[in-house]
Amino acid sequence: MHLALFLIFAAICVAGAVNLLAQRHPINSALSLIAVMAALAGEYLLLGAEFVAAIQVIVYAGAIMVLFVFVIMLLNAGEEEETKGSRVAIVLGVPGLLTGAVLTAWVVVRYSAGEPVALGALPGHPVEIAQLLFHDFLLPFEVTSVLILIAIMGAVVLASKPEATERKADR
Amino acid sequence: MINSYVPLSYYLLLSAFLFACGVLGFLIKRNIITIFMSIELMLNGVNLSFVAFAAHWHALAGQIFVFFVMVVAAAESAVGLAIIISVFRTRETLNVDQVNLLKL
Repeated sequence: MHLALFLIFAAICVAGAVNLLAQRHPINSALSLIAVMAALAGEYLLLGAEFVAAIQVIVYAGAIMVLFVFVIMLLNAGEEEETKGSRVAIVLGVPGLLTGAVLTAWVVVRYSAGEPVALGALPGHPVEIAQLLFHDFLLPFEVTSVLILIAIMGAVVLASKPEATERKADR
Repeated sequence: MINSYVPLSYYLLLSAFLFACGVLGFLIKRNIITIFMSIELMLNGVNLSFVAFAAHWHALAGQIFVFFVMVVAAAESAVGLAIIISVFRTRETLNVDQVNLLKL
């Protein structure tokens, strides 16, 4: 049952990721990225990580992708133009890609085959997460709040109209 | 409950595939917004392997790392999209080939 669910969600992930690469219009890529993130939330649920699955849907598929879609609509982004692929990319890229894929598959299968992820009695209860987050990782947690504050201020400064900032600088 | 086990390698393969798709999109895409989405795809692939390892070794710290990755991704996308807006305002294009002011 878990394996079937894993395969279904993995198929959605793979299809979405490939579709992201295949689409020419950014809004189509954004929608397939949302599909990938939603399917990944399903994988997290299979792994017993309910908290991570919830924030995956709320933060990633919700907040971040809404930001992306807003920017795509705001800038009225059209289809990307075709460009000629360079020959170096093909000459180096195809063998490199094949080598990388074979190496990755070999390492992963060789060193972790037959070690199943036990499902069911996994940790991941929000109480334990909160214990870790607000006790053991309290300092990084507080530092991220500073990071978010700086990011908000930076985004406001960068995205504000140039005339508005100039007027403020003149005063 | 016979099939209730999924090998860790399956999760790692899926994670590697998502990361590779992100790298590929980062390299071949011309639209700056799509390039940015490829970065998000890479982060998602890494998150999946974090959670898979956390479940495998019963170490909850992996899920906390995923939380921090998401926080940084949110901050990064807010700043990055603001940069994209200001690039579009000055250059009137989203094609990275035409944003070449620093090119020799």
